[in-house]
Amino acid sequence: MSTESIAWPSTPVESRSFVDRLHEWIATVDHKRLGILYMIYALVFLMIAGIEATVIRIQLIRPHNDFVSPQVFNRLFTMHGTTMIFFVIMPFLFGFANYLMPLMIGARDMAFPRLNAFSFWMTAFGGLLLYFSVVGANGLYGAGNAPDVGWFAYAPLTSRTFSIGHSTDFWTLALLVSGVGSIGTAVNIIATVLCLRCPGMTLAKMPLFAWLNLVMAGLVILCVSPLTAAQMMLVIDRYLGGHFFDTQAGGSAVIWMHFFWVFGHPEVYVLVLPAFAFASEIIPVFSRKPIFGYPVMVGATVAIGFISMSVWAHHMFTVGMSSAANNFFVISTMAIAVPTGIKIFNWLATMWGGKIEFKTPMLFCIAFLFQFLVAGLTGIMQGAAPFDWHLGNSYFVVAHFHYVIVGGILFCFFGAFYYWFPKMSGKMYSETLGKLHFWLFLIGFHLTFDFMHIPGLLGMPRRIYTYEPGRGWDTWNLIVTIGVFFQAAGILVFLGNLIWSYFRGKVAGNDPWDAWTLEWSTNSPPPVYNFASIPEVKSRRPLWDLKHPDDPDWEYE
Amino acid sequence: MNAISTTLRPAELEWELPERGRVAMFALIAAEAAIFSIFVVAYLFYIGKSLSGPLPAEVLSPPFLYTICLLSSSLTIHFAAKRIRSANVRSFGAWWLLTIILGAIFLYGTASEWHRLIYEDGLTITTNLFGTTYYSLVGLHGFHVIVGLLGLTTVMVFTLFGTVKQEHAERIDVLSLYWHFVDAVWIVVFTVVYIIGR
Ligand SMILES: [Cu+2]
Repeated sequence: MSTESIAWPSTPVESRSFVDRLHEWIATVDHKRLGILYMIYALVFLMIAGIEATVIRIQLIRPHNDFVSPQVFNRLFTMHGTTMIFFVIMPFLFGFANYLMPLMIGARDMAFPRLNAFSFWMTAFGGLLLYFSVVGANGLYGAGNAPDVGWFAYAPLTSRTFSIGHSTDFWTLALLVSGVGSIGTAVNIIATVLCLRCPGMTLAKMPLFAWLNLVMAGLVILCVSPLTAAQMMLVIDRYLGGHFFDTQAGGSAVIWMHFFWVFGHPEVYVLVLPAFAFASEIIPVFSRKPIFGYPVMVGATVAIGFISMSVWAHHMFTVGMSSAANNFFVISTMAIAVPTGIKIFNWLATMWGGKIEFKTPMLFCIAFLFQFLVAGLTGIMQGAAPFDWHLGNSYFVVAHFHYVIVGGILFCFFGAFYYWFPKMSGKMYSETLGKLHFWLFLIGFHLTFDFMHIPGLLGMPRRIYTYEPGRGWDTWNLIVTIGVFFQAAGILVFLGNLIWSYFRGKVAGNDPWDAWTLEWSTNSPPPVYNFASIPEVKSRRPLWDLKHPDDPDWEYE
Repeated sequence: MNAISTTLRPAELEWELPERGRVAMFALIAAEAAIFSIFVVAYLFYIGKSLSGPLPAEVLSPPFLYTICLLSSSLTIHFAAKRIRSANVRSFGAWWLLTIILGAIFLYGTASEWHRLIYEDGLTITTNLFGTTYYSLVGLHGFHVIVGLLGLTTVMVFTLFGTVKQEHAERIDVLSLYWHFVDAVWIVVFTVVYIIGR
């Protein structure tokens, strides 16, 4: 018995009016279009939050600078953090999961297409709500007022007394609304992975991408919900006169910290697991070897998912918890390094002895490996409570988590953009511009975030809008700011590459990387129905089996 | 152009995956449970921390009757789902209606308790920490009861118009899962608010 899934030649579509096409995009429930909407949305907010970061760094380029006022500085770092986490990386990862998941597991769409569209528009509405604060926060009084309570919005700063006007309301409602969208997408991803896999694709034969995104979605369910609950409490406090975080009425400021970090730490893994997913697809293809230790990778992923739920209070060592609590959270934080280390070894072992092709996606993934290792090491440093008492709330912390989020996560996202761009657009990106982007961004990243550790160690606190000269911070801050311009240049090259390649790039073909997962078996870009007939698979690398019928994978798995 | 062509043994073609509605409902229940657990933790954390009265021991009494109503509605919805699977639509409608009535009685119980607390005992959400946590937790549960009742009523309306058939058993199962969850949460809320909290 045999079945065939044939990629059909793309038929020319008659051109429609702009309004018709716009309507198609806005009313779409197609997972590929929603995925692209997520990504464009995230790219727009990446620009905005990037500009905010640049302004922050210009303000800090030399002591006693007055490029922006202290009030504006507070708004800038609040908006930068909130935007980057909730409206850049989250939409990026949901966009990729949306676009690729059905293609990788041989399905025609997500499990709930309309829920999918609803979730996207909720997320989009959340971002608009956050930025509407700039004009709307003071309502009729005219001048706007963006949130300025920091991205973790500690109580009691967020209470009516200390946060006058509506800026904090916009912040909390934006996160509440986008949280609903995130939970909806997570439910959808779980249902898709568990219920829509093509025949033959058992859980043990899914691409690692599917596994990592499954665990990511599980974490979203378990960690975004507490944040949503905490935001509800904040709304109750601010609007209904509740006392959850009202220290005047016996409420606790520390419980907000717990609620926030119960979300905040697993959130890091929500962001990094998709990055791991990209690395786990890209590294094998460009090393020309199957992934090393698939079952161990799956096990390590699930272990990370569980352990990451029990480490949150390592963000709170400086609050003064009991020593039993400190010990527990130090040990659990150290424990999570183990499965993460296993993953790094597996990626290295995949590359070991492989025929490595240093294409742009692979370059980004290799840089990710080393930078994520360094980020993990500084993480372990701060995971030790006594050391954290020294480093807490300093620029060392800022350098560390940017090493994770930029050096780890963003690098992988760039790699993923280049790797799947030919599939999504049908065009090949420019390798020269891609490499230029890589080197500019790599240099900028290291100038900024390597040197940011040092003023942190020298005692420079985070979130200060300026500083005194002669404390040994001046030169370091100058270098850090110079690095930002390299990164900005890199991002501009990246955007230019995407746009230029989309219109002028060479036709990519269906399988430009000689890859092994199902998305490369259909057209580029894929038709609405994805697969002419649903494929059947027998191993983790169905396209390898197809291309090498004499030596298929399923004989060994 | 690539094409996938693999030969499979017939035994491997039997391909069963879980039903997507059920999986999604379990995922949603997990998310809801996480939200409730944060509110429960806040309630437990703030027990005895109110700076002024009224205190739970003075004003709360366990609503046993209404609790029995809500918990037995889990049983009636179970019977209803069983009837629709065996295509007995009339009997399904009867059990379903009974479920709605029991849920509504429970909701009336919450409403009358709130009325008494507000107008006789002077406890509102702004009074003290007990008021804040009590109205939030019980209100959050009440909100879920309302959403559940809206879902149940929608199905009831369709039943009365004769559109609900045996083939909808799977969807009705999914809805009843949600209702069971709402009931299970009440057991936790009841324990926390009316037993531990007093
Ligand atoms: Cu953490």
